[in-house]
Amino acid sequence: MGSNYDDNVSYSDFTLGHEELETIEEVLQKDLVDGGVHSVLLIDMAGNIVAKKDNGNCEHDLYSLAALASANFAAVDTMAKIVGENEFSLLFHKGEEESIHFSKVNPEFLLITIFGKEVTLGLLRLKVSEAIEKINSIW
Amino acid sequence: MAFVNMKTKEVQAKIVFYGPGRGGKTTNLEYVYSKFRERIKTDMVSIKTHGDRTLFFDFLPFDIGKIMGYDVKIQLYTVPGQVKYNATRKLVLKGVDGMVFVADSQRDKREKNHESLKNLQENLAAYKKSIFKIPLVLQYNKRDLKETPLMPIEMMEKDLNKQLKAPSFPASAITGENVVPTLKKIISLTMASLQNVMK
Repeated sequence: MGSNYDDNVSYSDFTLGHEELETIEEVLQKDLVDGGVHSVLLIDMAGNIVAKKDNGNCEHDLYSLAALASANFAAVDTMAKIVGENEFSLLFHKGEEESIHFSKVNPEFLLITIFGKEVTLGLLRLKVSEAIEKINSIW
Repeated sequence: MAFVNMKTKEVQAKIVFYGPGRGGKTTNLEYVYSKFRERIKTDMVSIKTHGDRTLFFDFLPFDIGKIMGYDVKIQLYTVPGQVKYNATRKLVLKGVDGMVFVADSQRDKREKNHESLKNLQENLAAYKKSIFKIPLVLQYNKRDLKETPLMPIEMMEKDLNKQLKAPSFPASAITGENVVPTLKKIISLTMASLQNVMK
């Protein structure tokens, strides 16, 4: 086997402090769950859950959802590159009762929002972008 | 990139099963799932083709209890083994903390094992990770086969593990032989590598 890589590069681990997490969860609760969203997840691109909030009525398997969401996002992102786009700005799956919206927070994190018919897509996108701005100001 | 949550005292680590197509990666996860059914609260997720081949990945979350005061959630993934699925295979490796390389012991799969290991090295390098540094366990699978000629373990060690010098297990994913020891080994190596962040 060749050694055409930098042997000194070790892999990085990510930790978030108690206070940062509290602030993020507060943003997710106030901006999104209180605004009528059913469930919201902040995940990393590897599919790990960083923070989650819901309205108490959600029984989804969130760990599997996070794994699939990060993979789905990565696949769509790669498709964008293939057709010459930097990224697709709107990622959204519409269901009859529940819909899922994906939004990139920064190169490492994604915000996944699950919402019902009572929230319109336009309003949701507005709230999500406000929440992302607040989260990014924490880092 | 394991995620450590200081608030909920939870660690999520990603372990990926890699190897040539039809080598038994999914079967490893299925065995773990059936063996620890009562400890795994959710269903195993598989994204596969109509022909039952892994298209994207299999996913199995696995709670192993507390280590150093942290709740440890191990996320087990497999990659699609077929050569043509390299784009999706590479995506699954993102943020990996530990690897199991499942090699096929059948004599006519010698070249395929080699190709897949080389492909793993390249794909890890794309994420700036070294195959020599990441926690890694080799598994020589399909030792139960009687009908087809198998490679001797010494030969597989020489072929695949001469430079890596990783812990290795002869195994049979279908009968379950050495599946759990493989998993225990990679979990302990992975957790040891994460110790510096779990203080």
